[in-house]
Amino acid sequence: MASHYVQSNPLFVKFADDKWGNILLIAILLTTVIVAVGNLLVPPESPFHVSTYMVTLLGKYLAFALLALSVDLIWGYAGILSLGHGAFFALGGYAMGMYLMRQIGDRGVYGNPDLPDFMVFLDWHELPWYWSGFESFGYAMLMVVLVPGLLAFIFGWLAFRSRVTGVYLSIITQALTYALLLAFFRNEMGFGGNNGLTDFKDILGYSLQSDATRIALFAASAAALVLGYLLCRWITRSKLGRVLIAIRDAEDRTRFVGYKVESYKLFVFVLSAALAGVAGALYVPQVGIINPGEFSPLNSIELVIWVAVGGRATLFGAIVGALLINYCKTWFTGALPELWLFFLGAIFVLSTMFLPRGIVGLLHRKGESS
Amino acid sequence: MPVLDNMRAFLRREQIWDYLIPDREVMVQGPGGPILYVEDVTLSFDGFKALNALSLYINKGELRCIIGANGAGKSTMMDVITGKLRPDTGSVYFGKNINLLKLSEPEIATCGVGRKFQKPTVFENHTVLQNLELAMRANKKVLPTLFARLDSGRADRLQDVLATIGLEAEQKRLAGSLSHGQKQWLEIGVLLIQDPQLLLVDEPVAGMTPQETERTAQLLTSLAGEHSVVVVEHDMEFVRSIARTVTVLHQGSVLAEGSMQQIQDNPQVREVYLGE
Repeated sequence: MASHYVQSNPLFVKFADDKWGNILLIAILLTTVIVAVGNLLVPPESPFHVSTYMVTLLGKYLAFALLALSVDLIWGYAGILSLGHGAFFALGGYAMGMYLMRQIGDRGVYGNPDLPDFMVFLDWHELPWYWSGFESFGYAMLMVVLVPGLLAFIFGWLAFRSRVTGVYLSIITQALTYALLLAFFRNEMGFGGNNGLTDFKDILGYSLQSDATRIALFAASAAALVLGYLLCRWITRSKLGRVLIAIRDAEDRTRFVGYKVESYKLFVFVLSAALAGVAGALYVPQVGIINPGEFSPLNSIELVIWVAVGGRATLFGAIVGALLINYCKTWFTGALPELWLFFLGAIFVLSTMFLPRGIVGLLHRKGESS
Repeated sequence: MPVLDNMRAFLRREQIWDYLIPDREVMVQGPGGPILYVEDVTLSFDGFKALNALSLYINKGELRCIIGANGAGKSTMMDVITGKLRPDTGSVYFGKNINLLKLSEPEIATCGVGRKFQKPTVFENHTVLQNLELAMRANKKVLPTLFARLDSGRADRLQDVLATIGLEAEQKRLAGSLSHGQKQWLEIGVLLIQDPQLLLVDEPVAGMTPQETERTAQLLTSLAGEHSVVVVEHDMEFVRSIARTVTVLHQGSVLAEGSMQQIQDNPQVREVYLGE
């Protein structure tokens, strides 16, 4: 019956108690250092050299891990299953993409100093109003957080106030991302239509092609992931975190105890959207493109699978799941591309059947029996 | 000259506009008298009157049992008092000043009406102590909750309530691992720690062993006096063991009210409820 007891101080689980989370954080920081040294200092002919391709790949995984973390915060803790979280990721990515587009200046194919190539191609003569300000890095970074946050606020305010929950909420989040997908495909929206934003040259004056910039972006992704993890851990370990779990397990009871459930859901939903936006902003300069495909509902569903496979409501489980599945994806789409989706489906089915608490659940089971 | 009249009305100095009256801390109740006024409440679902001109008064410190057949409107009445359902007509006042029909569920909970559900509902993934801590009186807005810390005065209060509900030994266990009876007591504890003036308890002894039932009876009886307790129950044996005043609901309105003896002797009640 040991599992029914919480071993330490029951009200405030200390930081030290998050053993696996701490291990993961240290591993991420160590990897960052090793990768940086291996890429910049070790000569290319050495077997310990880390290729720039690998750096970018790992950086992409870390951005995905941050995205998975944002989903775990709302799904694992507050029970809000968003099947449209890719939308917030993509919006953050577009905000970053707009900044990178403005940095191109007159180096585009058409050499127009004021307009991005696709606008020249569409025969536009001036920048749309919503593009103004994006030449400033600070403003763009603000938008990375504000745009997804604002959308989440409006959407969440309407949905939670009307007490839309469960499957219905999942379906409308799916509809939200699909609507954005269709909207961003249109050239008239002014975001590059089908092709999206690409052909980026540099960020803050540093060339995106250089190894040092790649390493800096990788390190920034690692730092964002670690900070995001610490933020989420602080929130979920606070009394607010316990209220979220209470809402997940017994929403009515929480309401009758005197908590305004809508406000709590809204708070955590907006925060999660902002985190997803940051993940998107880190993703775009590393892969070099953002297009409407990122709004695809499939992406959002895949992202939920990362969290489910890793293990819900542990935070580090989401990171483990995101890293693992994306590693498998890279390997599979290289070796056996046509089998990838079957494999992903199989992982999901098997993990729900045999690992209801995800991969991370194995650790706990082992910990309890010892 | 309506314009001029309006202007005069607007400029009258003795006029006090509602929005100018400062919000006062409303006193729930002076000494004595009813604490809950349910008057002439009607609520229909698609033409079926779940509550039909129901009127009910609960006195301060009273332990009141409400009985009635299935569909008599017991749970619906609870829903109306706690703000889950809004009646078509009628009024519900808590004390003399608080109109419960204008408040949301969390607001009603905060002003001192606690509700225990029919099915025991506790936060299963939290420990017993955490369950009580979450329910404890505090600023329950989002940001204060994020920064909340537990001081020793509050920790003592938690232990007091744990003692009242007899779960001191279980305080570090997850609520989900408690027995059915213990969950029911924990839920009563969750209500108590909010210092409610009125406790609404829906079928507290359903599914309990005789020993658990007896302890629940003691617990509820000990709470009356300091709190007003309304118990909805099917188990006549249990009602007989705790009841001072019993109200019988039938088809959404009060059929009879009185001591257990009077109720049992009432021919109407025997006909519709006791099945004779």
